[in-house]
Amino acid sequence: MIHRTPAGTRDVLPDEMRELRGLSSRLRATFEEAGYGEVRTPSVEYEDVLRRGDERSAGAGYRVFDERGEVLVLRSDMTIPIARMVASRFPEAPTPLRLSYFAHAYRAVEPQSGRPREVLQAGIELIGVPAPDGEAEVVGLMLSGLERAGLGRHRVAIGDGSLYRTLLDHLGVGLEPRTALLERLTRRDLVGLETLLARLDLDASEREALAVLPTLRGGREVIETARRALGEGLAPAVEALDRLTGCVEMLAGGHAAERVIVDLGLVRDLGYYTGAVFELYDPAVGFAIGGGGRYDELLGRFGRALPACGIVVDLHRVHVAQAEEERLA
Amino acid sequence: MTGSAHGPDEPPAGRGGARLAAERPELVIAVPRGALLGDTLDVLDRLGIDTAEVRENDRRLLFAEAGIVTMRPSDVPTYVEHGAADVGITGKDVLLEQPDREVYELLDLHYGHCRMIVAQPEGADPLERSMRRLGAVRVATKYPRIARGHFAATGRQAEIVEVKGSVELAPLTGLVDAIVDLTASGRTLAENRLAEREEIAVCTARLIANPVAHKLKAAAVDDLVARLRAAVPR
Repeated sequence: MIHRTPAGTRDVLPDEMRELRGLSSRLRATFEEAGYGEVRTPSVEYEDVLRRGDERSAGAGYRVFDERGEVLVLRSDMTIPIARMVASRFPEAPTPLRLSYFAHAYRAVEPQSGRPREVLQAGIELIGVPAPDGEAEVVGLMLSGLERAGLGRHRVAIGDGSLYRTLLDHLGVGLEPRTALLERLTRRDLVGLETLLARLDLDASEREALAVLPTLRGGREVIETARRALGEGLAPAVEALDRLTGCVEMLAGGHAAERVIVDLGLVRDLGYYTGAVFELYDPAVGFAIGGGGRYDELLGRFGRALPACGIVVDLHRVHVAQAEEERLA
Repeated sequence: MTGSAHGPDEPPAGRGGARLAAERPELVIAVPRGALLGDTLDVLDRLGIDTAEVRENDRRLLFAEAGIVTMRPSDVPTYVEHGAADVGITGKDVLLEQPDREVYELLDLHYGHCRMIVAQPEGADPLERSMRRLGAVRVATKYPRIARGHFAATGRQAEIVEVKGSVELAPLTGLVDAIVDLTASGRTLAENRLAEREEIAVCTARLIANPVAHKLKAAAVDDLVARLRAAVPR
């Protein structure tokens, strides 16, 4: 008899499980040696708690009522639960706090899209370290963890989630076109972005800066290109770029330099990011294998204002990348 | 989920990585069969990509030497999203119907011009009549997401009937009040005595890219975009 499981979920049998265990133990050892203690939080949280972290509960898709009529949510990421946990369980603990997790997160998906509803994540959160040192530490650690797990060709893209918004503010773009521009940027619709820009009342150079910024990605020379494109007048945006430069330079000091891609078009659509954002890639996988960023306001919403950042990988996608490395070897 | 096995994995040292040379091209391009095929191959020819084999074989699907895979236009976003092709060309209508695909829309190629419209039988206004008397309209289409979005955005309740074949038949048989469909010349509409009532969108061919290829093969992607920009007149 064949009995079904919900679309986007699946069983893991011993052979695969053994390999996943191998991967996670190498990542766990990397995190542990760097002082990141592993934590576990409940799979379900009260909806009002997740809402406190992000208006859209970080995109959570599954809700149930408990026996008292309260709304419970299956967590869609681990960052908000950890922010909640830090505020409640470590109200006065000395910082920085270094935490790691290996946990499932749940996403709503379109039927037949082939995307998973249940994602196995491995991540770290560094709480109490401001930019750019925090970013440099978590990105560097994840890159070496992935190397230790058997990946060889992985890269990290680093951008600044506030960059485009800062630029729009500076140019005095009104609320309505601003929302429309950001929506197109998030959807990666560069054609729509350009069409919309052509209709706005802007200087040619300003329009050019807004059109070109999302396409700037590559080595560290990209930051200089952006500085030239944005001009002297756009000080706030250039400051954001400076922060980014600092972070990238710290990373470039280590083994990670050749793995870093500066990506000024990078946006992550989670509402709680306040600065740097990351995405991890491997040529064997068509999707990002992980990501993260800085969220300096999230902890404050739970009552312990601290700067923080984190990074996470999807273990199944890392597994695909690692299997391909083995095949090529 | 696993990506392409074609081409080198590291980004090329300089520009021109996508140019066809003795070795395999760096980018795998998903090319749409059907109405967009001819214009697409013409444009690729202008970039110096040898499409002769594609033109000669209408059954073969994979042309590794040219870095081309051919497929239905509506499958292009699927292959590109999963990284089975690095970049692809498809109609804006396809992209509007599949808005959740995680792909970059990089360039308007300005060919394959057509329009997404609402049409109904000539000489009557069944949409208006159904709206007024029944409070809702019935619409047949091959583009349920676009149709649903359009009627929702214009504040009309609509029952969307998805059909696979010739959608023009649906209002003629009384199945629905109107249709949402793509039209280029308007000839099929006229032959079936249907008249355009509303325009939803103008659609042309677009270049799309896989987000990972967009980062890891940035130089090759940018080079292709620049050369396509130069090759397609506005």
